Amino acid sequence: MRHHLILRIVAKLLIPPILLFALYVQFHGDFGPGGGFQAGVIFGAGFILYALIFGVETAKKVAQPEIVRVMVAVGVLLYGAVGLVSLLLGGSYLDYSVLAHDPVRGQHLGIFIIELGVGITVAAVMITIFFTFASRGRS
Amino acid sequence: MEHLIVIVLLSFLAITAVAIVMLHDLVAVVMLFGIFSLLSAVIFLVLDAVDVAFTEAAVGAGISTVLMLGTLALTTPKEKTSPRFAPIPLLVVIITGAALVYGTLDMPRYGDPTAAIHQHVAPRYLERAPRETGIPNVVTAVLASYRGYDTLGEVTVIFTAGVGVMLLLGSPRRQTKRKRGKR
Amino acid sequence: MAWLGLYNYWVVIFLMMAGFYAVITRGNLVKKIVGLNLFQTSVFILYISMSKVQGGTAPIVDNEFAIYSNPLPHVLILTAIVVGVATTALGLALVVRIRESYGTVEEDEIHHLDKSF
Repeated sequence: MRHHLILRIVAKLLIPPILLFALYVQFHGDFGPGGGFQAGVIFGAGFILYALIFGVETAKKVAQPEIVRVMVAVGVLLYGAVGLVSLLLGGSYLDYSVLAHDPVRGQHLGIFIIELGVGITVAAVMITIFFTFASRGRS
Repeated sequence: MEHLIVIVLLSFLAITAVAIVMLHDLVAVVMLFGIFSLLSAVIFLVLDAVDVAFTEAAVGAGISTVLMLGTLALTTPKEKTSPRFAPIPLLVVIITGAALVYGTLDMPRYGDPTAAIHQHVAPRYLERAPRETGIPNVVTAVLASYRGYDTLGEVTVIFTAGVGVMLLLGSPRRQTKRKRGKR
Repeated sequence: MAWLGLYNYWVVIFLMMAGFYAVITRGNLVKKIVGLNLFQTSVFILYISMSKVQGGTAPIVDNEFAIYSNPLPHVLILTAIVVGVATTALGLALVVRIRESYGTVEEDEIHHLDKSF
């Protein structure tokens, strides 16, 4: 893909808006269409596009496989931890109402954090799966 | 009018599915499957499922196409053609399909607001979710709050699938082909 | 035109059977996975078809609208799509491993190799 000038330029122009859009989908998911699952997939797709155009080795320098692998677990743990915190604060597991003084604020906060967890895990798993498949042919 | 659009799109979907089953060139099959996913994303959009359309467009037309092409690069892009015609599977499929079509005759018609599915918990969610969670997007509220356990399970499934792929393909390739003869 | 109200379900069944047919007749493992995905997508369309309410809009509550489509199937399918791609990736990974061990992804050849041991 080294010589495809048009692809490289277009990808360079597109990747920042894709990643930015993923973040918008993640954090605006409460009010419009969107949420962790969609954002994670779009974020992963942005990295996959980068890896397709500029090569997997270059992409691995940006998203280091060790860090991405940790992120796979961090998302699920973040989700589970919210449940534990609500348990410790006197509610039942994953009952966000106790997370803040006002139940509605608590719900909002809980949903925000677990959506973040979902987004991190989904994005990390998508990137990891792609890296694993792409590295297979070469080794 | 809206239903007319859905009907046309569904017909396209059926034609694409026939092409996917019939073709033997797997690269073409995978590309057609990308088109199939994009078409179904458009159908979801027309059917008011914006969140689902979003996901399907990113997953089906994006990531799963890339993954399948990656697999073809690691295996083979041509399907071995089997010339023999298989009447028994066709018969099985037709009978199963006919039974299912018979089953649909009792189903509520498209867009019927009195259907059983719209009488159970959905009105409660639509009425109370914005007040109870402060989130106007009911899909997000139900996903993260009312069905939080469910979503935790789904995320765990994704995590497990990721770990599984890493275990299967992550380790460096061993020379299994040579060893097989000696076993 | 009452039968048109069932058209969605009939197309769903057609797609389902197309996927089913691909799974049971095709020997190529990648083609089988594509068939399973066809089947899966048909189920998604079934759920979303059922959630539609005539004259409704997307379930994002606003004072402007009174009728919304049913949000519950959307939630179920939204997660199912992402889980679906993750499990598809797992299946494809298995196919790659089978290819590396057997040198083929055709089912009959794999059975043949298994028997020759």
